[in-house]
Amino acid sequence: MKQPPAYTLYHPKWYRKRVSTWWWTEQWRSFKFILRELSSLAVIYFVALLLWLLWSLGKGPDKYLEFQSWMKDPLVIAFNVIALIFVLYHSITWFNLAPKAMPIRMGGKRLPEWMVAAPNYVVWLVISAVVAWFILGGN
Amino acid sequence: MAKTIILEVARYRPEQEAEPTFESFDVPLNDDWVVLDALNYIKDKLDGSLSYRWSCRMGVCGSCGMMVNGEPKLTCATFLTAYDPGPIRVEPLRYFPIVRDLVVEITDFMKKLKAVKPWIVREEEKPIAEGEYLQSPEQLESYKQFSMCINCLCCYAACPVVGLDQHFIGPAAIALAQRYNNDSRDQGAEERLDVLSQHEGIWGCTFNGECTRVCPKNVDPAGAIQQYKIKAMTEWYKSLIMPWGKKSNGK
Amino acid sequence: MAKRSNEPFLWSLFSSGGMIAALVVPVLLFLFGVAFPLGWLKSPNYWDLLNLARHPLARLALLAISSLSLFHGAHRFRFTLYDGLQIKHLNELIAVFCYGGALFGTALAAYILWNI
Repeated sequence: MKQPPAYTLYHPKWYRKRVSTWWWTEQWRSFKFILRELSSLAVIYFVALLLWLLWSLGKGPDKYLEFQSWMKDPLVIAFNVIALIFVLYHSITWFNLAPKAMPIRMGGKRLPEWMVAAPNYVVWLVISAVVAWFILGGN
Repeated sequence: MAKTIILEVARYRPEQEAEPTFESFDVPLNDDWVVLDALNYIKDKLDGSLSYRWSCRMGVCGSCGMMVNGEPKLTCATFLTAYDPGPIRVEPLRYFPIVRDLVVEITDFMKKLKAVKPWIVREEEKPIAEGEYLQSPEQLESYKQFSMCINCLCCYAACPVVGLDQHFIGPAAIALAQRYNNDSRDQGAEERLDVLSQHEGIWGCTFNGECTRVCPKNVDPAGAIQQYKIKAMTEWYKSLIMPWGKKSNGK
Repeated sequence: MAKRSNEPFLWSLFSSGGMIAALVVPVLLFLFGVAFPLGWLKSPNYWDLLNLARHPLARLALLAISSLSLFHGAHRFRFTLYDGLQIKHLNELIAVFCYGGALFGTALAAYILWNI
């Protein structure tokens, strides 16, 4: 809406540009950031899935079989793959940002960022391996 | 025929228009010219009415921050040849009210900066006879990076939360608060906590990281903010578990 | 002294939830959502899985994973609503919706794990 110029002597009207609701679509960088934040929805979806799995387990082998056949549906698998991509995006961006929040100093100098991020990845690998081992029936 | 490059410069003259417009200027494309040189050329030779801020022209005063092709930059540190063949779009810093042409109103930032008390706060000054405050290289290193801030406000122009929430204190103010909190001579961390731990203080930050990316002095405000969040969190838990630890604040 | 907000507490839930989710959610989602349904890995039999889940330490871990991940997601989604849709003026409603949802999910997880 065009307004007439507003100017009184010694009090010029400042121009305030309103930030658009779609500010995050204007640049790829902003869009990536919103995607990173929306990965939280994938995490919530996973918890819902986990609770459904646990509930089915508790209700007996038939209910668990029903859960498994739902999981085999191609649409569900496709959805899970997309969710998995988002969840991985969360993990990777999370570990890469960790060094910024924790400036670790050794011998007076600050450790380079990759040295703080790397242990996170190692722990991630170890925990994933341990969890998988338990689930796949290790003793 | 010497090479030239076009600068599309935002103009806003409140006495004659209600909204900013763009004007194109042809400036010489010299190897050693920065955008500020081009703006000075325009003001000298083409249009003397162009208004903009600048001072040291060497990246230490923080006056010449502007949007160059949509990115917040110090115009004294941005070479024209990097944008060959152009055109180069020069606009005032984003998320600030525009006063005129490329000049923005920064009083809001000054208020926020003052609120975090960016100076050494001590309960008692050491008498001069006792000598200087001594600081080891490690103690200096713990805050030196944050002390590099020149208040150019490029980080504010890059942070979406600054644009979306006018109460958010913003990257530079928080980084400067951390600069003093980490300084071994300072005793004002608790006072600053009151300002910063308000909802609008630091908690609006979603660790976007743009502030650190655009900072011309490598201050890493995003790092300062995350470090401060961890500190505020530990202080919150401490005050929960040990509420008797609080001293009354006489200041 | 001004009243201090409770944001630090919510942030501690967000950051611990984010770390836990980053560490265990990928492998679990991969196994149960992709690898087992597609037959890439042999799915554990019902009784082994049930016994694993019934172990008290497993129940505790699963409760922690579910609850903290939900609070992580709730916190992040709340700020995404502020920044993405600019509806910060509805902040009380959003907070109740997000954290209330996470609390409900936590209660649900506790109930399911108690009775598994």
